[in-house]
Amino acid sequence: MLVAEKNALTEEIEQLVEKYGKDRSALLEILHEIQKKHRSIPDFAQQEVARLLEIHPVEVYSVISFYTFLNTEPKGRNLVRICQTISCDMKNKQAVVNAVERELGVKIGETTRDRKFTVEYTNCMGLCDQGPAMAVNERVYMKLTPEKAVEILNEVK
Amino acid sequence: MENKDTRAPKSQQPHVVPKPEHPEHIGGSISIEINEKKVVVPMGTTILEACRNEGIHVPTLCHHDDLCVAGVCRICVVEVEGMRTLQAACAFPITAPIKIKTSTTMVRKARRHVIDLMLSEHYGECYACVRNNNCELQSLANEYNVDHYNFGHVKESQHEVDDSSYSVVRDMDKCVLCKRCVRTCIDLQEVGVLEASNRGDETKIATFLDKDLADVICINCGQCINRCPTGALHEKAVSDPIWEAIEDPTKHVVMQTAPSPRAAIGEEFGLPAGHSMTQELNTAIRRIGFDAVFDTNFTADLTIIEEGTELIIRLFQALVEKKEDVALPQFTSCSPGWVKYLEHFYPEYIDNLSTAKSPQQMFGALLKTFYAEKIGVDPKDIVTVATMPCAAKKYECNRPEMNDSGFKDVDYGLTTRELAKMIKEAGINLPEMPKSHFDNPFGDASGAGLIFGATGGVMEAAIRSVVEFVTGVKAEDVFERANVMPVRGFDGIKIMEIPIGDQVGPVPELIKHLVPNWDWLKGATLKVAVAHGTANAKKVMEDIKAGGELSKCHFIEFMACPGGCLGGGGQPIPTSPEIRKKRAEAIYAEDESLELRKSHENPHVVQLYKEFLTEGPCGHKSHELLHTHYTKRGKYIA
Repeated sequence: MLVAEKNALTEEIEQLVEKYGKDRSALLEILHEIQKKHRSIPDFAQQEVARLLEIHPVEVYSVISFYTFLNTEPKGRNLVRICQTISCDMKNKQAVVNAVERELGVKIGETTRDRKFTVEYTNCMGLCDQGPAMAVNERVYMKLTPEKAVEILNEVK
Repeated sequence: MENKDTRAPKSQQPHVVPKPEHPEHIGGSISIEINEKKVVVPMGTTILEACRNEGIHVPTLCHHDDLCVAGVCRICVVEVEGMRTLQAACAFPITAPIKIKTSTTMVRKARRHVIDLMLSEHYGECYACVRNNNCELQSLANEYNVDHYNFGHVKESQHEVDDSSYSVVRDMDKCVLCKRCVRTCIDLQEVGVLEASNRGDETKIATFLDKDLADVICINCGQCINRCPTGALHEKAVSDPIWEAIEDPTKHVVMQTAPSPRAAIGEEFGLPAGHSMTQELNTAIRRIGFDAVFDTNFTADLTIIEEGTELIIRLFQALVEKKEDVALPQFTSCSPGWVKYLEHFYPEYIDNLSTAKSPQQMFGALLKTFYAEKIGVDPKDIVTVATMPCAAKKYECNRPEMNDSGFKDVDYGLTTRELAKMIKEAGINLPEMPKSHFDNPFGDASGAGLIFGATGGVMEAAIRSVVEFVTGVKAEDVFERANVMPVRGFDGIKIMEIPIGDQVGPVPELIKHLVPNWDWLKGATLKVAVAHGTANAKKVMEDIKAGGELSKCHFIEFMACPGGCLGGGGQPIPTSPEIRKKRAEAIYAEDESLELRKSHENPHVVQLYKEFLTEGPCGHKSHELLHTHYTKRGKYIA
């Protein structure tokens, strides 16, 4: 990482710490903001957050590794998350998964070569009566069919 | 209940009820029933404490006397009447008149389940494990009659062994996720190497970014090893190459032993804590096949002379020559864990560290120069081994700068535990050994060197010598039996002031060329401090940074491990405040039993300055062999 990039990141995190406070409970909010902007939380950012909150970098890493929505390596520009829990499974989520995998040419957990999509499983999104369910970035889609899923992906830029 | 001592948020702190100051007052105590026996306990006592006081055994695993309550392993569950579920005894503060049952079918079944679940993920066999016969999981399995695996047993290794570090090996296949190492590293030592990562059945203890231990900011103190209940953490063994060297007739293999291992190694042979085995150990080491055995206390004495002289030079520069950039307070540099801690977390204070090497490294350099010449052996054929209570010493002897003799000064750092294993392997029962003395030309050292093993010991040794140097008065006339009590004991940070008064003595011959007289110290007060455990070291450093009371000190002793070296990461397992207290008592008792109790009176040290280090302490040759430099490391990982 270049020094200029590091300095910019430090400044950004300093502002976030100012906004959310130095308490340990501010950690998640800060990490979410970094994740949103950079699509991942770089190593250096983790150490800076730790320094500013006066905790250890490994504690920041521990929190990031705990939550699926936080990651240390950048994923694709769009995140596709398909519900893997039992209700959606019984509504034939597998057909949706197959269609998505075929359309994007990647398996679950992988990122497309143009880095446009990353496909993942997710646990229950609370839409058990609306399955199968899938989230693309922050929007949720319900009662999917394989065709509908492909259509949704094609609409994503 | 907010606990000011921990940084954890309220939600993560265990439910602790503070004990009342006067339990005998109304409302201060509470009557409970344990296994139908009526007991009165102070409010806030945990069920575990209440049971232990009554002599009732409740098994524990994640609980450790040095660490905060975690309540994660659930092995200590008991039945509390009226409660739907079993309760963890270690994390249940008593605030109501409850009835407890510690051994019902439900309790036994639950405990057995916990053990079975742990064993189902615990890869490896007991007979091929460093902790065989000293493993808490193994004992629990024994206690609960585990004769088969109810939930199966993992057949293949799930994790790679991380042996990247010179000191600590992590074998996560044997981890039971008790988080003792996490609490040790974060709370006790405040270094923060380890924490749980991931979630659910994928949870594992990991370093920052799951890197190798050698690549993260670890000070190698090994405290995590001492508290690990299983073989998941252990020191990097070096006994194989040592056996090889002993077998090799062309090699002259010598051993130096530090003070703390002697006070603790008996524990490995079934003796209770607090038995000094110095002279039995000498015999055992010779019988293993070492060509000579020396006392690290000799170089501890030498350290006092070198480090004390360095302090006098610094004070002289600051007070008389009025130099502005003199780094004061001077910090001790005997503890390699502390040295690395400073290099990482407070690199801006590197100039405050005494440049004197630790006793281990001084001895290494002397053995391959002075001693080699004396006995007429090529230093390349000398193998130097150091028995230390320490895991970080393994790292220290591998520092690239530690080869001032032209060779690797100390070839192998051996922990107390490893030496005990070597002795057992040689078929020797240590307590039965006849006594014998250390070998010449270094001989038996002083009691001042011996007490290096306890927190405050370096300071006490330094005070005994400095007081005599400066005032010309015998240390015995200043302190009763020359025992400097204010720097002893296990308080986290100890501060002491020593007024010099108006009477100063002549400058001793040894350092006459450095200071003309002591007039400049008339009426001065020497202020010193002692800290043990890096969490306390951190408090001291923050105070110095803020310009607080401790920044006015002249000399500060730091030890990375709680209790000093006697609680080091290479010492016998288990450890607890009581065990460390007993070891300290053994060390101080041995010191009092010695004739020679002051470093500068050690005749072998005096002889060394006459014969070899002819330019005196901090002279050219001393600097070449006995002093070192440090590296500003910082706390960022690229």
